[in-house]
Amino acid sequence: MFLSYFTEQPMSAYPADEGLKEGFTSVMFSNKYYDPVEGSRLFNERIEEYKLADQVGFDGIMVNEHHNAPFCMQARITVMSSILAAITENAKIVQLGNPLPTYDSPLMFAEEIAMIDMISKGRLISGIVRGAGQESVCLNANPAYNRERFNEAHDLLVKTMTDDGPFSWEGEHFQYRVVNPWARVLQKPHPRIWVPGVFSAETIRWAAQHRYPYISLNTPLHLTGELWEIYDQAARAVGYEPGPENRGYLLRVHVQKDGDKARENAREFMWMQGEFTGIGHPYWVSPSGYGSSARRLDYAKMANAEVRGSRAAPFEQQLAAREIVAGTPEEVIAELRVVLETCRPSILMLWGNDGDVNHDDSLRCIELMGTEVLPALRDIGDELELHDPFELDSPISLALTPPDELNPIESAADERPEDTSDSRSLKMFR
Amino acid sequence: MQTVTTAVAGLGMREFTGGSGDPLVMLHHSFGNPGWMPIHEALADHYTVHALDLPGYGGIDGSERPDWARHPRDLALLVGQWLRAKELGPVEMVGCGFGGWVAAELATMSPELLKRLVLVGAAGLLPENGRIYDQFLVSHSNYVEAAFSSTEAFEAIYPRNGDESEEHPLGDDTLVVWDMNREMTTRVGWKPYMYNRRLRPLLGGVTVPALVVWGDNDAVVPMECAHAYVEALPDARLEIIPDCGHAVDLEAPESLAAIITGGKS
Repeated sequence: MFLSYFTEQPMSAYPADEGLKEGFTSVMFSNKYYDPVEGSRLFNERIEEYKLADQVGFDGIMVNEHHNAPFCMQARITVMSSILAAITENAKIVQLGNPLPTYDSPLMFAEEIAMIDMISKGRLISGIVRGAGQESVCLNANPAYNRERFNEAHDLLVKTMTDDGPFSWEGEHFQYRVVNPWARVLQKPHPRIWVPGVFSAETIRWAAQHRYPYISLNTPLHLTGELWEIYDQAARAVGYEPGPENRGYLLRVHVQKDGDKARENAREFMWMQGEFTGIGHPYWVSPSGYGSSARRLDYAKMANAEVRGSRAAPFEQQLAAREIVAGTPEEVIAELRVVLETCRPSILMLWGNDGDVNHDDSLRCIELMGTEVLPALRDIGDELELHDPFELDSPISLALTPPDELNPIESAADERPEDTSDSRSLKMFR
Repeated sequence: MQTVTTAVAGLGMREFTGGSGDPLVMLHHSFGNPGWMPIHEALADHYTVHALDLPGYGGIDGSERPDWARHPRDLALLVGQWLRAKELGPVEMVGCGFGGWVAAELATMSPELLKRLVLVGAAGLLPENGRIYDQFLVSHSNYVEAAFSSTEAFEAIYPRNGDESEEHPLGDDTLVVWDMNREMTTRVGWKPYMYNRRLRPLLGGVTVPALVVWGDNDAVVPMECAHAYVEALPDARLEIIPDCGHAVDLEAPESLAAIITGGKS
């Protein structure tokens, strides 16, 4: 198993009542409430926690990026990745993910990740995402071309990593007379690319068609079977048999020696689900043209309904559904066994601390994960044959799979309409 | 009134047309033309009115989307091709809001196609002091409502269906068309939002007379843009409609028709 640590890095030190008064806490929620003194403290606490996660045996540290919102302090994923490259020794740096369509220069991004891969001595996993619609709004990247920009930036990125320069690029959205960065990725042919997402059938298929692992971001456990079915059909259609090495799962998990304390801290996971923050209007989360046209009416109804407040399920309900797992190491291991048996991922991201969980408790959670939870999970993973891409040395993409190993089954292609689950994904984002 | 679709550059372009007399073309707001409206009826007494759906607007039955279009100027080029295909020009062209921007762009590139340019609450110029109201930060219905001086005026055009069990009382068809129109506006007008720095310097070359009409309660495009158009166009005059919002064509159709016809019988 590949076991990774994650935190959203919340900017928790802001007046929550102001957000509740406004009714939203993203995009337009004023940064006059941002206290950089607290920001400095929080960043440095997170860095200490990452160092500990590296020392206690996590295989990876997952980082992400969001804009104009207190639920995530990281405005630039490559900045934190660069810091991790220098201060950690063992853990892979798992970017989940780089919002490619929002970048005006995929070439500059390719330069950055090449530097990170070299400085980290080949520990980079560079995930890519379309970015939620609000990232497009905040960075003013046209949401109607989000998918096109994602595809083109991906193609340019892979070519930049694998082909020698100089070459020119004349695309629809990006043009370069010279692509010839004097920064090359250390891992050959290129670092692994993973694709995170909530539940967008279009993105799941895209990941499968490229043979990139799909990292399901806390999708309700009972839906993961349907999710992998979409992935598996798309994988077989392009010619390979998918397995646990293609599957990742991110889950909220908090551990303390005292189970009640763990559950009390775990209430902080409700923070970004709308109890204190993380609320955005649908027309920010999914601007017109960003989502699937098949779901236009559902979307337009939701966008114009002006529903305020949280749509998240109550904490106890999420605990019962194992969307949040909290307790003593023994309790957590038992719960995670069920998760692993149900979802069968080889890549597990433990989203350990969120909201206002303090630094000391965060460190204790990471320590307990390292000393007690991770070894148990590795045993369970072996027992369930959940072997990750590194253990299997599986191909890093379809393009880099030897053609004679591919056996496309055309009848395996999924006949269902595109994006049957977009509206569900949208609701979960809220 | 009848619905006519004309093929232009491989795309079907739809219009509602009716009346008799010299041709008058109307270009709609970014939220689209809700149909054959009182303004069209009023003008049809004096003109043959062509209420055109801009390319990519009007919903599934409207004008087809040019996937390649990236700027309102691309839409202006297609409107020019449409005028030539129909051999309509020179025409009187009335552009409302976003449609006013498209009309102004067309006037700078093909003034020979126009007899007169009428800009109603037209976007296209960057206000120096105020700001054009950004639809992409609000819901469809909140944006369209902002184009009217009152909720009553908005509901007179977009009636609520009264079914309180629905999350939103507007009809499904309206919501879908609004969203398709907003997607097209996103495709051609995401940024810079609702203006073109290259338009103002070219307005001096518009050789046809222009009429600029503005609602005095326009909350979408600041009144200073009306003055900017009048200053930049060589032969333009301004008419202000009292107690009226941005969508003068929808909120005060009789007043607008009277100004446009100006004693024409």
